[in-house]
Amino acid sequence: MTDVLVVAELLDGGLRRNTLSAVRFAQEVAGGTGGGFDVLAIGEGTAAAAEALTKCGARKVLTAEIEGGYLAEKYAPTVAEVARSGGYGVVTATASTYGKDLLPRVAARLDAGVASDISAVKIDGGTLHYKRPMYAGNVFGWCTVESAVQVVTVRQTEFEAAGEGDGYAGAESVGVEGAGSDRVEFVSIEAAKSERPELTEASIVVSGGRALASSENFKTVLEPLVDAFGAAMGASRAACDAGYVPNDLQVGQTGKVVAPRLYVAVGISGAIQHLAGMKGSKVIVALNKDKEAPIAQVADYFLVGDLFKAVPELTTAVQKARS
Amino acid sequence: MKILVPVKRVADPDNANKMKVSADGSKVTSDGLEWKINPFDEYAVEAALRLVENGATGEKKGEVVVVSLGPDEVQTTLRQPLAMGADRGVHIKTSDDALDSSVVAKALKALVDAEKPDLVLMGKQAVDGDSNTAGQMLAEHLGWPMATFAMSITKDGDALVVGREVDTGVLTVKVSLPAVVTVDLRIVAPKSVKNGATPDSHVYAEGARYASLKGIMAAKKKPIDVKSLGDLGVSATPLVKYSKFELPAARSGSVKYVESVDELVGLLKTQAKVI
Repeated sequence: MTDVLVVAELLDGGLRRNTLSAVRFAQEVAGGTGGGFDVLAIGEGTAAAAEALTKCGARKVLTAEIEGGYLAEKYAPTVAEVARSGGYGVVTATASTYGKDLLPRVAARLDAGVASDISAVKIDGGTLHYKRPMYAGNVFGWCTVESAVQVVTVRQTEFEAAGEGDGYAGAESVGVEGAGSDRVEFVSIEAAKSERPELTEASIVVSGGRALASSENFKTVLEPLVDAFGAAMGASRAACDAGYVPNDLQVGQTGKVVAPRLYVAVGISGAIQHLAGMKGSKVIVALNKDKEAPIAQVADYFLVGDLFKAVPELTTAVQKARS
Repeated sequence: MKILVPVKRVADPDNANKMKVSADGSKVTSDGLEWKINPFDEYAVEAALRLVENGATGEKKGEVVVVSLGPDEVQTTLRQPLAMGADRGVHIKTSDDALDSSVVAKALKALVDAEKPDLVLMGKQAVDGDSNTAGQMLAEHLGWPMATFAMSITKDGDALVVGREVDTGVLTVKVSLPAVVTVDLRIVAPKSVKNGATPDSHVYAEGARYASLKGIMAAKKKPIDVKSLGDLGVSATPLVKYSKFELPAARSGSVKYVESVDELVGLLKTQAKVI
């Protein structure tokens, strides 16, 4: 019997939806071992987050309201204390930059091992076996964590957002541990705002590469295609490095991992580090002038040609097909 | 300022798709692939050098110490940052099997206690295990503030103002030294590191610097101090144990080349059924 503590991610005064991937994992572990799970909402907007979590199958939502912006130093003592006093066998969060930043600090406080960015869990006689991508997704390793508490971050694209469950008994606030943050200060968050779907949650992603050649071309050539699909926009590292688009659009081993229903790679050659972030997509379309480009290794459909001619044509055709 | 930079050797990441798994699945091997310094660690070395030097004059005020854990071969890995300009190396001699992030963090904690650097600067993740955990664990063991996924560092007295690349944009934090900072790719952009000594007008070349021939010769004479985990008083064993490895399933079917936009849209509609 393993009880699981899910650490929710809060954003803009409420729950960030990616939390539901960690909840899905908790449902699997609790269900498979006969345990239960609770969610800890920590940060700003815990009441709204708790409200959003009443039907996810958690026994309770623990809230720790902390103002002034996220800092791992500020949150880790409380998360670790809740984990310790609640007797949880597993502490988990979704492997976003938030989960990856916070949970290893929690693990160190608990002298726990971390299975990072897992893609699956298998329960065998009460033992949890974690599958995780390594070497930019070119090898999968199966591991166990041999500490009293196991800390696990889960890959959002591999754990579908949790559906509804029952058994909810209410929210309960927990004490905030104060120590640990006097030498670090939250200065600012400069958030990119977009009307488009979030990259990691979109069912269609259209990404551009260096072949787009300028930020102007991202706007005038690629964005109409993105919007024709109702998609999120992504980019290769090369396009981000060249300054064509902001870094938070980067798809890859560094950057975001996506697995949409349809991924359209425009002018992206397909370096190993890029493939690591998108090869889990259901259907992959490549538009490239070089038919030998490595993106062909993972593409289902490949249109060879000049993107400046093909993309506007495709935009019109998609608009027509979807209208 | 004294900076400690941990570095790891990894199988050539640009050929990671050539990694192999033994027939019984018990081992992953990189036979035939070159060992390289983990790219994020190489960027940490570059950032460390930019923090202690005047980029315009080459004058250096501070010390950069590099450390690696592993078998004797890691000394080769250590020579590269020494050739780039780091001052000396520490080799913590172990077998690779004796290590996981938690052991590495505890060993580095012990080394920091002995070396007393002002800053530990390291890659945000090693691109073999892809765990992204050692820096955070080290910071917690030390009770130090941290800034992970750094894309910019500006020295401000006894503190660093660090821009962190996070999912939603850039989160800026100010950490008092001593601290742990883990770096992301953009830390080696031409103007990502500002130390107050290098003129603001100075523009670094993109990426990590190449070692000069002079640097390579000098590196051969720079000291590498060899220690064991026992010397550091660390008896920890890995908490994460791997039992099996497998290669990812190949994508079903091969690529279909299409001639026109009309053909593509037709297939997406009728065959793939995604629009």
